Amino acid sequence: MVKSIGKRLLQTLLVLFCVSLLIFILLRIVPGDAVTTMMGEHASAETIERLTAEMNLDKPFYVQFGYYIRDICTGNFGTSYTLNKPVTELIGAAFPNTVKLALLAAVIAWVIGIVCGVIAAVKKNGILDRIFMGVSLLGVSIPVFMVAMLLQYLIGYRLHWVDISGVESWTGFILPAIALGWNSAGSIARLTRSTLVEVLTEDYIDTARAKGRGRAAVILLHALRNAMLPVITMMALQISSLLSGAVITETIFAINGVGRLAVDAITSRDIPLLQGTVLFTTVIVIAGNLAADCLYSVLDPRIRRGA
Amino acid sequence: MKIRKTAKSGPGAAVQETACPDTAAAQQEREALVAQLGESDTFLDKMRRMASDNKLAVVSAVVIVLFILLALFAPLLTPYDFDEMDLLARLAPPSAKHLFGTDELGRDVLTRLLYGARVSLAVGIIPTIVSMLIGAVLGMISGYIGGAVDAVIMRLADVMLSFPSLLLAMVIMYTLGDGIVSIFIALAVTNWASVARVVRSETLSLRETEYVEAARSIGVRDFAIIFRHILPNCIPSLIVLFTLNVPAAILSESSLSFLGIGVQLPNSSWGLMVNMGRSFLYNAPWMSLVPSAAIMLVVLAFNFLGDGLRDVLDPHLKNS
Repeated sequence: MVKSIGKRLLQTLLVLFCVSLLIFILLRIVPGDAVTTMMGEHASAETIERLTAEMNLDKPFYVQFGYYIRDICTGNFGTSYTLNKPVTELIGAAFPNTVKLALLAAVIAWVIGIVCGVIAAVKKNGILDRIFMGVSLLGVSIPVFMVAMLLQYLIGYRLHWVDISGVESWTGFILPAIALGWNSAGSIARLTRSTLVEVLTEDYIDTARAKGRGRAAVILLHALRNAMLPVITMMALQISSLLSGAVITETIFAINGVGRLAVDAITSRDIPLLQGTVLFTTVIVIAGNLAADCLYSVLDPRIRRGA
Repeated sequence: MKIRKTAKSGPGAAVQETACPDTAAAQQEREALVAQLGESDTFLDKMRRMASDNKLAVVSAVVIVLFILLALFAPLLTPYDFDEMDLLARLAPPSAKHLFGTDELGRDVLTRLLYGARVSLAVGIIPTIVSMLIGAVLGMISGYIGGAVDAVIMRLADVMLSFPSLLLAMVIMYTLGDGIVSIFIALAVTNWASVARVVRSETLSLRETEYVEAARSIGVRDFAIIFRHILPNCIPSLIVLFTLNVPAAILSESSLSFLGIGVQLPNSSWGLMVNMGRSFLYNAPWMSLVPSAAIMLVVLAFNFLGDGLRDVLDPHLKNS
């Protein structure tokens, strides 16, 4: 198991390297000069020359990439062209908001998804099953921004229950988190249902029933435990879609998060900020997937012993 | 035309995993059908079975065809131009003259919806076809050849899959600049990896079948084996993946356009319409809700159809 995790770690490092190379290339081949973007059209020729040298933009490609890798490893993501602050500081200020949003969304999605999935599987083909599965497919199909705007319109604007945007108090996170978690809840519910339905036909479920265990105990202790493995994998993979979705949710609800920083960086053509936010988010996704793999092998004795 | 009948997806398995709820009678009827079909379970049989069992999938197919027709014949269906302004009728609520109201410049929302359907559907379908081609070719090569080639392709797929897809698409849009062609490229480039993985694992099992071995033993070249014997057997999975990837691409486009880095004015796309309507959410909710509903309807239809196709064509894809 240690060996397989070690191999997985090496693979992850390789992926990280390729990811940073890809982002670097994508952001450097853009037509238009970074220095002109930063200083505006009217900067003097000397200023441009001095800054170009200062930012190493006159060096060959591979030297620039070397500097870039060195900077990343030391946690230096450069200085934002437009906001004139270190990118690390900007991300540091924005990240807690994204984490709060994504965590709350994840908790909402997972709790609702698993509860609905279990009920649907136990009452298979019943009325609740049909309603839940219908709603969950709707959940998977509705764009994040539509949920967000409907919530803003109905709950914030019509009913005045919570703030429409901004996160001055924690209640500001409620609507964005529901909007963001909605899709994930749908797919978790569907997966939980389908795996649980399958597990419930296994022999060991009959054995547990024959032993005289109660219905709830059989479902929760015997069936759900085994059905959770693919669900847990999906939860980890959803970190990626939650962070993607956060880009939109943060923009709509005016939350100062990493996703919104990335959008701002694109609109203002701020390369260091864009590079930093994308790299940072991707690293988190990769770490999430790695954690899921490790968790999976800890949870599943077949993999644990097999490896 | 006979489609693969391997142990993991026999005709019986296909029937049992149908997504729509079963009644006891329907179950029996289906079992009788399977017995009757037996080994002659061809592609057409499967389609027929889906049509009789899964009404939702049929309705979805009709909805999709309807939207495609609406998009194709947009100029014939509306008296307005997609950028025709009527400054006297700004933000007009839905009426007989403007079925879905007008926007902040007095443009007819229905007209923009129909023209937007062209962009949104094209963006859903074209990049998906391209990404499926890339994914299928790389997946087959990876699975068939194995070794170092396999390792390189799969690590590349890992790299693509570790990006949050929207962020990668955003970076590519930044690099290529705004516009529809950029969106095509961004979506094609970001979506091939998952296809490659599925096709690779199919290829791995197909490579071991007797007929591939037979072809190899009579000296058929690898290239011909891949395209004549492996590709045709991957097609059911590819059809299913296509139907499920199109709505994902439509959602990606609408997200990009919604963020203002996709389709640009005066062109129309559903995501862009939602974005424009966002500032008028409280006094003209139809501006953003109508295109949102269109996105939802089309995505839902593709998902239902994809689910239906998967149940009859490729049940083992279910949890992937």
